[in-house]
Amino acid sequence: MILDWLRGRERGSARTAKERLQFVLVHDRAGVSASTLEALKDELIEAISRHVEIDREGVSVSLTKDRRRQRLVADIPLAERRTAKH
Amino acid sequence: MGAKVVTVTSGKGGVGKTTTTANIAAALAAAGHRVVCIDADIGLRNLDLVMGLENRIVYDLVDVVEGRCKLRQAMIKDKRVPNLYLIPAAQTRDKTAISPEDMIEVTAQLRRDNDWILIDSPAGIEGGFRNALAPADIVLIVTNPEVSAVRDADRIIGLVEAEEKDPPKLILNRVKPDMVRRGEMLKAEDVLEVLAIELIGVVPEDEQVLTASNRGTPLALDGRSRAGRAFQAIARRLMGEQVPLEEFAAEDGFLRRLSRKVRTGGQPA
Repeated sequence: MILDWLRGRERGSARTAKERLQFVLVHDRAGVSASTLEALKDELIEAISRHVEIDREGVSVSLTKDRRRQRLVADIPLAERRTAKH
Repeated sequence: MGAKVVTVTSGKGGVGKTTTTANIAAALAAAGHRVVCIDADIGLRNLDLVMGLENRIVYDLVDVVEGRCKLRQAMIKDKRVPNLYLIPAAQTRDKTAISPEDMIEVTAQLRRDNDWILIDSPAGIEGGFRNALAPADIVLIVTNPEVSAVRDADRIIGLVEAEEKDPPKLILNRVKPDMVRRGEMLKAEDVLEVLAIELIGVVPEDEQVLTASNRGTPLALDGRSRAGRAFQAIARRLMGEQVPLEEFAAEDGFLRRLSRKVRTGGQPA
């Protein structure tokens, strides 16, 4: 927390403003709140786990933008196959 | 050739829409074009005051729409610049007194005999904004380098796109070059990156803006202030001229490069 605050001061508030805007606008534009995204992530984990073993902790679901085009990006790492021989 | 309809809007209130409208209109008229301003902020009339025409109002936009006067009678002629007119908003009614179709109808009549029709949009994203947007050929979005104003501008951009208008162009108003230099204010580059639209002008914070509205004399009529020159430059870009970004804004390499790319809204007729 304090480190973030110091970093924020160090580099000027304009950069913080820009980053906060980029984050909030991605959600505004998609009409998807952060909590909706959380729910979506849980459901994705549930659905995918029925077919493939995944690393649940490593899953990330986020919105990104490319110009004004919105994208929902899900990164779903598979569980390590402990039985596999190297 | 008919007039181009330019709607000046912002989403957030208080970012300088009315000042921007008055100044671009004055600059276009001073360049010899025929310009009509319409104050579409029904119930919160203000463009008359900023233009210094408040004492000459007899009829307003709602009178025109409801047939109480001819369009011509509601057009107040500016005394300082030839060919500059204002159709004021009604002060005692609200936005429901007119519809988007009314705005299209009124501007259709004005298009024939004028070069530019500038519409000062109310703040917000509701009826009044829809009225102002309906007849627009070009949409100018005014914002300030401040998070809430930029967020609201983004919302407006989405609504303009949903109406299948051409992408709006951005005016970044009230920039404090000193704060930008210290990294404490969003610079034009940041705002453009976040909003992903084209820039048509950067206007510095300038005390003269308040002085001018105190007096009711648009700044752009004389080019002595920095803000006045910035508004004149925006008018010239609208007319199709390639005007580099003002020096205060072109302090770093990016803006200098960008300034070469700033393009006009209206193609030359």
